[in-house]
Amino acid sequence: MITVSHVTKSYFRDKIEIPVLSDINLVVPPGEFLALMGPSGSGKSTLLNLIAGIDKPDSGDITVNNTTLQTLNETELAQWRSRSVGFIFQFYNLLPVLTAAENVELPLLLTKLRKKERVKHVDAALKLVGLGDRMDHYPKQLSGGQEQRVAIARAIVTDPTVLVADEPTGDLDKTSAEEILTLLEQLNKEFKKTIVMVTHDPRAAEKAHVVRNLDKGELD
Amino acid sequence: MVVLKLIIKNSFRHTLRTALTVVGLAIAVLAFGLMRTIVDAWYAGVEMSSANRMITRHSVSFIFSLPLSYKDQIAKIPGVTGVSYANWFGGLYGDPNQWENFFPRMAIDPETYFDMYPEFIVPPDQLETFRRERNACVIGKKLADEHRFRIGDAISMEGDIYPGSWTFVVRGIYTGRDKSIDETQMLFHWAYLDESIRAVQPGRAGNIGWYVLEVDDPNRMAGVAEQVDALFMNSRAGTKTETEKEFQQSFVSMSSAIITSLEVISFVIIGIILLVLANTIVMSARERMREYAVLKTIGFSSARIVSLIGGESLLIAAIGTAFGIAGTFPICQMFAEAFPTFFPIFNVAPLTLILCVLIAFGSAALAALFPAVRASRMKIVDGLRAIG
Repeated sequence: MITVSHVTKSYFRDKIEIPVLSDINLVVPPGEFLALMGPSGSGKSTLLNLIAGIDKPDSGDITVNNTTLQTLNETELAQWRSRSVGFIFQFYNLLPVLTAAENVELPLLLTKLRKKERVKHVDAALKLVGLGDRMDHYPKQLSGGQEQRVAIARAIVTDPTVLVADEPTGDLDKTSAEEILTLLEQLNKEFKKTIVMVTHDPRAAEKAHVVRNLDKGELD
Repeated sequence: MVVLKLIIKNSFRHTLRTALTVVGLAIAVLAFGLMRTIVDAWYAGVEMSSANRMITRHSVSFIFSLPLSYKDQIAKIPGVTGVSYANWFGGLYGDPNQWENFFPRMAIDPETYFDMYPEFIVPPDQLETFRRERNACVIGKKLADEHRFRIGDAISMEGDIYPGSWTFVVRGIYTGRDKSIDETQMLFHWAYLDESIRAVQPGRAGNIGWYVLEVDDPNRMAGVAEQVDALFMNSRAGTKTETEKEFQQSFVSMSSAIITSLEVISFVIIGIILLVLANTIVMSARERMREYAVLKTIGFSSARIVSLIGGESLLIAAIGTAFGIAGTFPICQMFAEAFPTFFPIFNVAPLTLILCVLIAFGSAALAALFPAVRASRMKIVDGLRAIG
């Protein structure tokens, strides 16, 4: 369960305060697939970042699976992210010097798993996204769709309950985008992952159970 | 292993930049090692000084001589267990403009000198022959090798301090007890010098350059020095007695400006090492801010990000230092061969190598400090917006 209560957030640009989110309230039940839509600059990604614990609100509370994020310090928040959230970026953000398997293994380095167990988890995650035969490929040897699959494998390898995706199909062609959305749908349905996805793409939003629109920092 | 691989791969992501940094570091470490070795070579005489030897010289200056007659009086002072003497000869051998033709030439007392300097090892039969022949000399092995002198060879030279033509026959070749001992000296009979000079400049006869005193207890040195100098206070030639180390140190202090310059250059080189490395690490870290933000997003702590940047800096420093140290030995060897008699002892000291490693790793840590702090303090959302 994700609960966002009375959250506000502003940024400062050249000492000028720019309000991004104002008094946002949102509840995402476990296992829901939520799409956040809205024009550029509406605060979608900011809200996503707050839910994922990579940014902090100016006021209000965010609770994810009974953990109130504001009560955690930086180190605790990093540990919480590694256990509880999987993040999928628009531009994949794989490390170019590591193979697909090594990229997926990165979050597991923060756990107490031994190498053998880590390899098992990596193997399972890459097979789940259909890249069991691309383990030793470097990102530059993969297509955009394949790179995003590796990024999804990295996001799910620690078996988090929540996945946050920021424009996961924004950099992909139609076919690859469809494959990625199908994969996210599968993760939601079969593995009961709670997914919060920011998108501009109405076809992507169609896959979600719930679509919420954000405009000028306010949720509809 | 993945983190280690990440450090290694990141270090060589820009092969040319890393290669240039490694070369720059290697040259700087090599230059530092060479500078330190030159400074050490200057102090070699001080370092090889014996703890129980003292030198008595003229109170005004080393260039003024002392009467040989002081010897017996000095020997009677309590605590003095042996007395020998020596005299700087100088002379011109071959082309005086060639470095290799300059080597220390001293007239000594053949009966006592080698007992005072056990670090000069002369085969007993050669020492016996040397003591018997008035114009015989003993030379160091390094000098013999350099000029291909053999036992029985005659060495001719022109005198400068002591005019005339001089010929010495090599009757012994000494080796140093260890590699810190100067093997470039030529030692001959003081009596041969005295006899020859008595014939042409009788007023200069009967004098020696300095006395070497052996003392039974190093703790008594100050007292012995006082007694010796008091003994000759009102003589025509007053004395100054000091430990051998102080005596050698006084020669080094004559070159203090050069040594200071070399030490300053050493510190400049340390600055260069730091700047070369810092430039590369700052650039690399700035390009990877987005990647660090991604790592933070998936749960990497700031400490782990710092270790990635620090590891990269240390790896590059380690490679550069390894090449630099590997190059220091042949360069120092070439330097020693080019100036064999000017720097008779020219060895790369273990302390120099330790300093090279410590300075390189210290520089690596400092170079990584700024980008590491920046990356660790970076907000994830700012990092994700960064363009590498």
